[in-house]
Amino acid sequence: MTVISVEDMSGRSVDPRKPLLEVDDLVMHYKIKAGEVSAVDNVSFTVHQGEAVGLVGESGCGKTSVALSLLRLLPSNAEYISGQIRLDGQDLLQLTDNEMRARRWKDIAMVFQGAMNSWNPVYRVGDQIKEVLDTHFRGEMTYDEQRQHMEKLFAAVGLPAEMLDRYPHEFSGGMRQRAVIAMALACSPQLIIADEPTTALDVIVQDQILKELKRIQHEMGMSIIYISHDIAVIAEVTDSMGVMYAGKLVEYGDTADVFARPKHPYTYLLLKSTPSITGPRRQLAPLEGEPPNLLDPPTGCRFHPRCPFATEKCAMEEPPLADIGGGHRVACWHYEQVPDLEEALVR
Amino acid sequence: MTVTPAPTVTKPLLEVRDLRKKFPISRGMFRAPTEFVHAVDGISFEIAPGESLGLVGESGCGKSTTGRMLVKLTEPTDGQIVFRDGDYERDVAHVTRSELKDFRSRVQMIFQDPYESMNPRRTIFDTVSEPLAVQKVGTVPEREARVLELLRLVGLTPPENFLFRYPHELSGGQRQRVAIARALVMNPTFVVADEPTSMLDVSIRISIMELMTRLARELQVSYLYITHDLAVARYMCDRIAVMYLGKIVEIGPTEDVLARPRHPYTKALLSAVPVPDPSYKRTPVEIKGGISKAINPPPECRFIARCPFAADVCRNNPHPPLEEHGPNHQVACYRVDEIS
Repeated sequence: MTVISVEDMSGRSVDPRKPLLEVDDLVMHYKIKAGEVSAVDNVSFTVHQGEAVGLVGESGCGKTSVALSLLRLLPSNAEYISGQIRLDGQDLLQLTDNEMRARRWKDIAMVFQGAMNSWNPVYRVGDQIKEVLDTHFRGEMTYDEQRQHMEKLFAAVGLPAEMLDRYPHEFSGGMRQRAVIAMALACSPQLIIADEPTTALDVIVQDQILKELKRIQHEMGMSIIYISHDIAVIAEVTDSMGVMYAGKLVEYGDTADVFARPKHPYTYLLLKSTPSITGPRRQLAPLEGEPPNLLDPPTGCRFHPRCPFATEKCAMEEPPLADIGGGHRVACWHYEQVPDLEEALVR
Repeated sequence: MTVTPAPTVTKPLLEVRDLRKKFPISRGMFRAPTEFVHAVDGISFEIAPGESLGLVGESGCGKSTTGRMLVKLTEPTDGQIVFRDGDYERDVAHVTRSELKDFRSRVQMIFQDPYESMNPRRTIFDTVSEPLAVQKVGTVPEREARVLELLRLVGLTPPENFLFRYPHELSGGQRQRVAIARALVMNPTFVVADEPTSMLDVSIRISIMELMTRLARELQVSYLYITHDLAVARYMCDRIAVMYLGKIVEIGPTEDVLARPRHPYTKALLSAVPVPDPSYKRTPVEIKGGISKAINPPPECRFIARCPFAADVCRNNPHPPLEEHGPNHQVACYRVDEIS
């Protein structure tokens, strides 16, 4: 039988220069009674093989909408306006529903926010993972092979095999999230989308889960998209990161580079307002104002009403997400004026 | 806002002695419970006037139960909470029903969830002025003036525009400002804040934190600041107490605890906090397993099952007492000197 085993998953050849997922000019709206919410507007980024990419932003910035768009799991009032989502060169938006269903879990899996709600409380966890295997390997795996495979999956995320026969309520929060990760790994996907995978967990458990995900990513040559509101989590686990604000990608680049030299005023202010337990106890700067209403987003740059660097041009014209060197992209007319973060913090 | 407690000069605002709370686990209607969750298991600490103490720990460690007991929302099973405010001195556990009103004008609470802690059918004016109405303070126009003053103080300007709005018309950050206004309307000396910023976005979180710090200074309010987020505690508190399964395992000045943690649990907790700096290299502290529930806990150290340094001394003795290890810095661990 030549389906999959956890051993096969490891050692998948990874070429970090090769794009796995390319998102091009994605525009997605939600239709509600009051009008159209432009939840995702012109978002473009690329995930390479074996790469961990982070999307960070505040609630309502569109980061979860991007994740759901990639999987085509949007609610019925959502509408793709334009753009492409290419996985290994194939546009997922062109697939029929059935074709897409066949690729979910197998090529792209998702780890959802809030592990309790990811499980059906009346079925054993093992049976729910088995369902994924039943769907994607119908008739290709015997019952014993399925069981063996699931035991290996549980071992891979550090859970004892007998937990497969337990119900979700018998798991602690951290164990439940491990089981969700095991399920995501069931078909050995190339890409996992992890939407706030550790948000409801305590720090020590969060740390364990993030380490586990990182290890799996490297051992199995997988790519991961992390979605989080917590910029510190993004700093820990990602290679590249994008910052979203009001449905727009406003900055994208190598994680170390973005943290060292944030060039969008929003990223800069976000970093300045993030408290840390290390380093000198520095002055935190609050970000004035509130995020805009996406039913009627501001003209020009969507951040301009809150931006300390805004000029008239910002209210009139929308800045493009332009490369400022080394793959670091920023959507700001005045990015050169954004001061050096280190200097500002030491001040 | 650094106030070092000086018990010889001024008496502490709050003195907690051996406080306990047990919750019975129900075994059916007619059977007496045999098992108890020891949510808070004999903790003692003091808060000086104007000082803010941070109570940190993971979920289920008893930090919220402690906070609720201090404001008399939960009755302690045992122990003493002495609260002093000028000439007023009471053991919180023995505040009677008739004294409760007076007590509540001095001690207030801010809750975590600004969406749940407000009545959706009442206007902001109703919500903020309710303590005044309950305490029968002032006439309606006077109350309105006081509410306007408070709303301005918490940064809801112009306050007239907010008076007759409903909670659903406000954002999360604005609601939390209303909750702060409600807590401060009676001019309390002590406020328990239970995770007041954990539901808010980063950019809004900082402005609420700044607001609370500024008000503490201007109005001479002390906080017990309950949080799971050590980075937030660093900015809000003069001292930090770390709780684990109903016990305080370490307490000391904030910067001292963060820079030089002594208890193995504090070390593990700090090493697990993500740092917003990709170049930062952490020193991992490995601890075993996850947090359990404090159901009829064995007498030994609560942390023994997960502690990488557990030795015979820990197994053969009861839970270690909090002892001085450095200026104002207390640790509950038998092996503290060997492991640091």
